[in-house]
Amino acid sequence: MDHFLSEDQQAIVDLAKQISREMIVPKRVYYDETEEYPLDIVETLAKSDFFALFVPEEFGGLGGSCYDLVLALEQIGHGCVGIATAYAASALGTYPIIVGGSQELKEKYLPKVATGELRAAFGLTESNAGSDAGGIQTTAVLDGDEWVLNGTKQWITNGGQAHIYTIIAITDPHKGARGASMFIVEADDPGFSCGPKEKKMGIRCSATTELIMKDCRIPKDRIIGRRGTGFITVMKTLDKSRPGIASLGVGLAQAALDEAASYAKTRYQFGKPIISFQAVQHLLADMAIETEAARALLYVAARHIDAHPKDMSKGSAMCKVKATDVAMKVTTDAVQVLAGYGFMREYPVEKMMRDAKILQIYEGTNQIQRNVIGQELNKEYTK
Amino acid sequence: MNIVVCIKQVPDAKDVRLDPETNTLSREGVKSVINPYDRHAMEEGVRLKEEFGGKVTVVSMGPPQARAILEEAISCGADDAILVSDRAFAGADTLATTYTLSQAIKKIGAVDLVICGKQATDGDTAQVGPGLAVRLDMAYVTCVQQVSTVTDKVVVLERMMDDGYDEVEVELPALLTVVKEVNTPRFPSIRGLRKARVADIPSYTAEDIGADVAMLGLGGSPTQVVKVFPPEPKGDRTILTGSVDEIAEKLAEIFRESSIGG
Repeated sequence: MDHFLSEDQQAIVDLAKQISREMIVPKRVYYDETEEYPLDIVETLAKSDFFALFVPEEFGGLGGSCYDLVLALEQIGHGCVGIATAYAASALGTYPIIVGGSQELKEKYLPKVATGELRAAFGLTESNAGSDAGGIQTTAVLDGDEWVLNGTKQWITNGGQAHIYTIIAITDPHKGARGASMFIVEADDPGFSCGPKEKKMGIRCSATTELIMKDCRIPKDRIIGRRGTGFITVMKTLDKSRPGIASLGVGLAQAALDEAASYAKTRYQFGKPIISFQAVQHLLADMAIETEAARALLYVAARHIDAHPKDMSKGSAMCKVKATDVAMKVTTDAVQVLAGYGFMREYPVEKMMRDAKILQIYEGTNQIQRNVIGQELNKEYTK
Repeated sequence: MNIVVCIKQVPDAKDVRLDPETNTLSREGVKSVINPYDRHAMEEGVRLKEEFGGKVTVVSMGPPQARAILEEAISCGADDAILVSDRAFAGADTLATTYTLSQAIKKIGAVDLVICGKQATDGDTAQVGPGLAVRLDMAYVTCVQQVSTVTDKVVVLERMMDDGYDEVEVELPALLTVVKEVNTPRFPSIRGLRKARVADIPSYTAEDIGADVAMLGLGGSPTQVVKVFPPEPKGDRTILTGSVDEIAEKLAEIFRESSIGG
């Protein structure tokens, strides 16, 4: 369906599609099987300005429109969600600086993020703090002109591959929601290290590691925003980043539909291509309906966010839930359409199904997203 | 350093069909692309500019539609682009093409380095690069597989040969034709695409380049295409199978039985 994109947006879509088709698709099996970080593709995306896409113009970027990034991520995710995650993680890691950082921090880091010289990662999750962000145990204590960080972050995307890490830590344990602050830790800061790469079910080429801080000392001015604003920065970051996950869901669902429909046209049973059977047609029709619906909600949410509304949480959470639940359903059905072949690693849909699952989990599980939506509804209907 | 890259729009080789009635190439509905070798020439120009400084101007002789490949060149890092387009250029063979391009390049001014693809995939002559160098009175090296150093005086490079490569130092100004091994062409960038959309791409006519009309187009071309036809399918074919030794033995037997083996 035509979404009446501007000439510039269409150019972004076409370029992302070209890189996806010519570079990502031919290499996705290799990267899935070797679990290597797709550095060559990440560098290609950087050279083609995709890292500038999420950085504001005044800091060397291309404007930082949510819609533009969503359009690019959809096409990259269409090729491979693992590779798309390796790219998108830098946007997530950079958003805290964009939404809460001082002018100095923005000037120092953002231009280098925009060129791809610096990759970023976002450090929130810990072994006892996932959905319950309040369970964070990493601490930061001010010692003269330095913050001293101690603690371990878990399952951090881009761990070991990023140059800068935006980390949330408790600065005032007794202050509750105002007791956490965000910091920028550089990969070579003393006391900072990354654990080994985790072995995952899907998105296997993207790097996922622990971040370990043992008396990690960083300059005092690396705090993002004021002391105690950590949770606010995290919430603002996730509001901006969730449509990115939704776009991976839409791209992935579309890719699975494309594979299933093309296969159904060429697979003959009972003397006919299986696409001529109503049972298969209905499966494909539902896959197409859901994918289009998820895309429409995503684009609306992205445009809504770009209008800088006071509250963007609900739309952001809605598109994330819808698109990623759709991706899970559509990829599972694609395996069903390809049946025995679909289950084989020779065909791309089993990987798509494995990759889909994480979308319902990371950057806030879909259950947490529904909490966010529910709480917003509760507020709306109290007025 | 002033670098000029010559590029040509050709039918996409993946999409070429023969008209069964006329036996000529059917160009209708066939996608046009940058000649694949020229893509490497373009990349080399941009790469050398980035590494050694300078400016890259891309030149294409062709119909107005060729503007599309010039825009693509800008989106991939070229600074300027010039379309050389006039009805008078139509039907040019390589002799008339080199004359036309040389006149256009002379109009650009002092040029240090001209880079072309080894050949175009439509005509496959590989004559335009060397011919252009002669007309511009430049040294030339064909089939360049690597450019290692560029100074204000010389270029040091490798020329691909059947049995290896030659290391060549050539004085500037010079013209190089490149093979695919020379680099991996980049994708466009988003900034490049924005620049290309608003780029001012001048179109030079025969008059603009001060050309002698008698040397242009069909009239200036000694080569005349009399007929284009697909080769007749050859007679019987036999595919030999088995181990290398068995195949060799069977082949030798065939030679012995025919007159080939003497």
